[in-house]
Amino acid sequence: MSNPSKDLNILLAGFGGQGVLFAGKVIAYGGLMDNKEISWLPSYGPEMRGGTANCSVCISDKPIGSPLVVTPNVFVAMNLPSFDRFIDAVEPGGVVLIDSYLIDKKVERDDVKAFYVPATKLAEENGLKGGANIILIGKLFHEIGFCSAEALDKAIEKCVPAHKSHLMSNNKKALEIGMHA
Amino acid sequence: MKGNEALAEAAIQAGCRHFFGYPITPQTELAAYMSKKMPKIGGTYLQAESEIAAINMVLGAASAGVRAMTSSSSPGISLKTEGISYLAGSDVPALIINVQRGGPGLGGIQPSQADYWQATKATGHGDFQILVFAPSTVQEMVDLVSCAFDLGDKYRMPAMILADGMLGQMMEPVSIPSGEGKQLPEKPWAVSGHQGKRPHNVVNSLFLQPQNLEELVKERFARYEQIKKTEQRAEEYLTEDADIVLVAYGASSRVARSAVNAARSQGIKAGLIRPITLWPFPTDAISRAAGTAQHFLCVEMSMGQMVDDVRLTVNGAKPVAFYGRTGGIIPTPAEILNEIQKLAGGAR
Repeated sequence: MSNPSKDLNILLAGFGGQGVLFAGKVIAYGGLMDNKEISWLPSYGPEMRGGTANCSVCISDKPIGSPLVVTPNVFVAMNLPSFDRFIDAVEPGGVVLIDSYLIDKKVERDDVKAFYVPATKLAEENGLKGGANIILIGKLFHEIGFCSAEALDKAIEKCVPAHKSHLMSNNKKALEIGMHA
Repeated sequence: MKGNEALAEAAIQAGCRHFFGYPITPQTELAAYMSKKMPKIGGTYLQAESEIAAINMVLGAASAGVRAMTSSSSPGISLKTEGISYLAGSDVPALIINVQRGGPGLGGIQPSQADYWQATKATGHGDFQILVFAPSTVQEMVDLVSCAFDLGDKYRMPAMILADGMLGQMMEPVSIPSGEGKQLPEKPWAVSGHQGKRPHNVVNSLFLQPQNLEELVKERFARYEQIKKTEQRAEEYLTEDADIVLVAYGASSRVARSAVNAARSQGIKAGLIRPITLWPFPTDAISRAAGTAQHFLCVEMSMGQMVDDVRLTVNGAKPVAFYGRTGGIIPTPAEILNEIQKLAGGAR
C-alpha cells in the first residue's frame, strides 16, 4: 500500500484445507517482525476440510480495537462462496486478491482494486500442491507490501513448524511465484 | 500466541502445577497446552471424567496448598458451580477460567459475555463472592492470571478469569514473564501433612451450627468489603471530558474503543470505562464519571447484565443506555457508533 502507516484490516477466506488460517498467520507474523501491533482471529466452529474457513488479520501502528474484520481493506478470496459472501463488505478503495483458477467471476465494483492470480493452477504446475495460499501471499506482498521483505522471510520461518522444515524451500518458491504472478 | 495457550503458559509461570479439566470449545487449546507441558515440568495434567469431577479435584489439590486451576466454557462452568461454592465455603483459593460462549443451555460456540451474572452474582449457592477478572487482550490475560492467583491466595478465595471465545482463539503478540524463582505464599491453613508437629488442619464447608456459619460468612463478607475498597481495577480512556461514557469489558470493550475513536473523529466527546475487575465492580471510576458525563452507554455481548451494576452505581444520577448483541455475535464498531450518535443527538 502506498501509505505504509495505514491500518491494514485483512480478511482471508476460502475452504478449510486451503491454508487460509496459515496464510493469515504468515501475514500477522510479518507485521509482528516489523514491530507492528497485530492480531489474528480465526473463524472457529464445526468447520473441517472442505467447509468454509476465514480469518481476520489486523496490522497497525496503534493498539488494535476490534480484531474482527467486518469491512476489510484487503480481501483475499480463495473460493467462490467466500467471494460472494464478502465482496460487498470490502471498504471502498480496498484491495481484492482472487484465486482466479477457483473463482470464475470478476469484481463488478469499480471502487476497489482487484488482482487475479490463478494461484491453485500455478501451484499445481510447479509441483507445489497446497501452496496456493503462499502464492497469494507473495502476490499480496508484491502489491501492497504488508511488511518488509526481511520480516516476510522471518515470518515464513516462524510459521513453518520444525517437523515440516523440508517444506521451507517449497514455501519460499511459492512466494517467488506469487511475487511475479 | 493464541489466547488460550497464553492463559495456560501464564498459569505455569505463576507457579500452577495442577490442572484438572474437561474439553469444551472454545477453550480446549488451554487444556491441550497443559497436557503437553505439565508432564515435562513435573506437574499434573488430568482430564477428568466430567467438569464436576475436575472442580472437585481442584478443591482437593488447592486444599493441600498448591496452586490449582481448571478451565472450561459456559455450559461446563455451570457444572462447576457446586464445586466453586465449596471452594468459597472452605476459604480455598483456586483459579477458574471461563472462555465464554453463547448460551443458555448448550447454546453455541461463538464468543459471548452472557455469563456475567453467573460470574459476579451466582457462581454457586450460598452467600459468597469470587474475584472476577475481565481481560481484553492476550497480554492482559497473561498479566491477570498471576494477579488472580496472587489475590486469591491473599484473600483465600476462588478467582475467575472471565474471557470469551474471541480472546481465547485470537493471536496477539505477548510476553510472558518468567516465573523462575517466584516465591509462593505460605499456606499455614493447608492440609499438607504435619507429621505430628502441630494440630491438624481441617478444610471444610459444613457448619451445622447456624451461629458458627453466620459468623464465618460475616467474616468472609468483612474481607469482601476490604477487597471492594482496595482491589477495584478499571481502565479509563478519554473519559475526562467525555459527555458520553461507554462501559464495556473484555472483547466488547475493544469494539467500544474503536467506536469511541470514530465518535471523537466526528467531534462527539465519547470515552470508555473498561472494568478490569468485574468483582469487585469498579464503582469508584463509574461514580466519578457520573459527576461529569451526560450519558452512559453500556455495551455487552449479552442482553444486558453488567448494565445492572452500572445503573446501581450511577444510581439514577445520569441515564444509562444499553446496546448488546448476543448468541455469539460480536457487535461492530459501526453499530456502537450509531448508538453513540443517537445519544449525542439527544444531548444537543
